[in-house]
Amino acid sequence: MPWDLDNDRPIYLQLMERIQQDIIAGIYKPGDKLPSVRDLAVEAAVNPNTMQKALSELERSGLVYAQRTSGRFITEDEQMLKEMKKEQASRHIAEFFEKMRSLGFRDEETLSLIEEAVKEEH
Amino acid sequence: MKPILECKGLSKKYNNMCYALTNLNLALAPGQIVGLLGPNGSGKSTLIKLVNDLLIPTEGVVLVDGMAPGVETKKLVSYLPERSYLDPSMKIRDIISYFADFYENFVTDRAYHMMTDLEIDVNARMRTLSKGTKEKVQLALVMSRDARLYILDEPIGGVDPAARDYILRTILTNYSEDATILLSTHLITDIENILDRVLFLRQGQLVLNQTVDEIRMDQGKSVDALFREVFRC
Repeated sequence: MPWDLDNDRPIYLQLMERIQQDIIAGIYKPGDKLPSVRDLAVEAAVNPNTMQKALSELERSGLVYAQRTSGRFITEDEQMLKEMKKEQASRHIAEFFEKMRSLGFRDEETLSLIEEAVKEEH
Repeated sequence: MKPILECKGLSKKYNNMCYALTNLNLALAPGQIVGLLGPNGSGKSTLIKLVNDLLIPTEGVVLVDGMAPGVETKKLVSYLPERSYLDPSMKIRDIISYFADFYENFVTDRAYHMMTDLEIDVNARMRTLSKGTKEKVQLALVMSRDARLYILDEPIGGVDPAARDYILRTILTNYSEDATILLSTHLITDIENILDRVLFLRQGQLVLNQTVDEIRMDQGKSVDALFREVFRC
């Protein structure tokens, strides 16, 4: 199944996000080996050079590390993984508040709506 | 790195008609998948035919791996033309051995493997196949060569979306890292994600030569959207 990618943003950024998402979702665990560039490119149905760029960028961020001949691995630095998770969460929250504001809700109103929703779920 | 394809001041004029290509300058480094895009009559096929020694330049030069098109460059280039040139009375299995005889870099196993994946009966004669299946056979033959430069003129135009996915996957899995693919198509959205770079041709001139992610970064839009904007009728 080709990965679902937006049309208007650089492809390599979206590939990075998707791999980060897969790490957070536990599809890749700390210390796991990533598939080869070629295999990932075929799976995502993207150009191998673009996948290569995404992985190099992830490497630069420290989330992924390369071992000379045996491939790329997910970092075992739990702190870094936790921070990445928190970053993603902040982004979702910011987006959500932005949407609520465009619906005319003040942040306090949004908060109380969230509390109501949480109560109903339990 | 030495460019695999280079055009210097390349022009082509047919009889007394206006120029089909005008002063084209281009150098493609190996290891890329390049989309050759442009509206009908913009010079895409003329360029492709010049590279394949099917036309002679009016002015300028075209070089494949530093050589003028000829016998030596044809060993390096695997070309899918827009029209079929295969004998309709031949069976696919015979065409495969014909190709294996003809091209040193033809990989017979790969050809059979692709025919199986595409559910094509190798004992069928070309004549008996549908238009789409014929196109699949030809592309499979072209991709079965270990070439340095693949030139695909409209490789996915006539096939269904499922086969299109398979063909794109075939392209991704079968080309080696230092090979280059130049493909022309109108179906930009379908191939955009597998391209490194796109070339826009307009009235015989190169108006854009950029990577897909550069375009998305600079313009905030897809190649397809940019194409529709640049070539709005």
